[in-house]
Amino acid sequence: MIGIGLERLLYLVATVLFITGLKQLQSPETARKGNQISAAGMLLAIVITLLSTKTMTYGTIMAGLLVGGAVGLYMARSVAMTSMPQMVALLNGVGGGSSLLVATAEYLHMYEKGEAATLDVALSTHLGVLIGAVTLTGSAIAWAKLQEVMTGKAITFGGQKTVNGLLFAVIAGLAAWLIVVPTAPLWAFYALIGLSLLLGVLLVIPIGGADMPVVISLLNSYSGIAAAMTGFVIKSEVLVVSGALVGSSGIILSQIMCKAMNRSLGNVLFGAFGAAAGKSSKSSEGLTVASTNVEEAALQLAYAQQVIIVPGYGLAVAQAQHQVRELMDLIEKRGGTVKFAIHPVAGRMPGHMNVLLAEANIPYDKLIDMDDINPEFERTDVCLVIGANDVVNPAARTDPSSPIFGMPILNADQAKRCIVMKRGMSAGFAGIENELFYNPKTQMLFGDAKGTLTKLVAEVKQV
Amino acid sequence: MTGMDLIGFIVVFILATYLGASLIGRVPPTLHTPLMSGANAVSGITVVGAMAVAGHTDYGWLGSVLGFIAIVFAMMNVVGGYAVTDRMLEMFKKGPQGGAK
Repeated sequence: MIGIGLERLLYLVATVLFITGLKQLQSPETARKGNQISAAGMLLAIVITLLSTKTMTYGTIMAGLLVGGAVGLYMARSVAMTSMPQMVALLNGVGGGSSLLVATAEYLHMYEKGEAATLDVALSTHLGVLIGAVTLTGSAIAWAKLQEVMTGKAITFGGQKTVNGLLFAVIAGLAAWLIVVPTAPLWAFYALIGLSLLLGVLLVIPIGGADMPVVISLLNSYSGIAAAMTGFVIKSEVLVVSGALVGSSGIILSQIMCKAMNRSLGNVLFGAFGAAAGKSSKSSEGLTVASTNVEEAALQLAYAQQVIIVPGYGLAVAQAQHQVRELMDLIEKRGGTVKFAIHPVAGRMPGHMNVLLAEANIPYDKLIDMDDINPEFERTDVCLVIGANDVVNPAARTDPSSPIFGMPILNADQAKRCIVMKRGMSAGFAGIENELFYNPKTQMLFGDAKGTLTKLVAEVKQV
Repeated sequence: MTGMDLIGFIVVFILATYLGASLIGRVPPTLHTPLMSGANAVSGITVVGAMAVAGHTDYGWLGSVLGFIAIVFAMMNVVGGYAVTDRMLEMFKKGPQGGAK
């Protein structure tokens, strides 16, 4: 049993460990250690709470710790790297759910004792409930979309924004009533929870699958803010600080994603971008596509001084990362250099492509961010685009009428040659024609990524 | 909470938000996925609040139930978040021979 003063001091130590851990994430070399430092902070926080004078019974706590820990460990061990977005969505959801439950329990406790909550406690309770509930159900929908349990398309209906607006107004009204009149009936509080859960669903269903990276970043932020609100309710500095850290992290990542797509956060959340397929601004009629075969492509790659590979999500779907790694090794053995150009929205969440390539043992210093790699394309002999489309579409630079105009892209068209590996001529997420495919410097290599790469590797070996 | 206490908490919240923003802004894009799963683990700190609810006899049976589920949820975050982040970061290796096992 430890005193309140020492308790707060030790919580502060835990907080400092979280911050140190985050700081270590600024470099891939120290990141793993940073994560462990952060985990040590969490362990400390849990131990302090166990020893706290306020704790009276241990049975429920221990059972909860064991069950939750076991489920978490199982998930972490078994999840495939391609499914990381779903995992993060799920974790966001349970984080929000946990805050919701704690805020609810605190409210009911106060209500039963007949204690009128002070304004600030009442306000943070209801905010915690609202944000926690929205995070819980919103994440569940995001998970279902990513897992393809439900359609990835935007689900829209007439008057959707009005319905959401009204719903939000009712929630705010209920919260105001509960705050101003502490003796308000309990059903009002339950209604607040129910409607907040509904709001979470309605907010995420109109967002298309392609925008999920932004949504999960934002829900990540919400789960942090909900934790901070809970911190205000139970007067815990460590919750407030940790929640705020996570809250700002999620917001920053959402902004980075939006910038990379040249869209505002509002447009992503309310624009229902995935609803109707965008019209191609330019017709492809009269333009011809040059296709090539594996032998020819292998020759070009084998004799190239510098090759830049642009990986898209199609590469990960085909699980062809290991073949790419083999191809890289072969080209490097012949004296060429290989670099990977990573667009911020490659993959299905921020940094997803980097993890998928790291899993295939591709060193992280080969993975170059968009801003750093773009000047290199001019000096590149062959640019190999695998399963990427919109992120290499020059229309984003040149065609003001294109829906993706202004989106920062990888300048694959500036390489001396460009080989695009693709299944067929279908358009990308945005549903737009890609001028790069009709560029005289470009050759299309049709086929599925894994099979074609395997053949390509075999051919390069023989050159 | 007294007025002064509340102000103190708000100050802490705002400063922590700025601190978070300046820390996260310097995380390279290559680490953004582990950053998110790691942040998930940190937001599992609600386990502290959940334990306070579950361990307090005052809250009645409903409190125990809510507290129990809250602990399970938060621990999924904590253990799942840290473990999967560690699994990812372990894969990040530096070249040129860094890729070899």
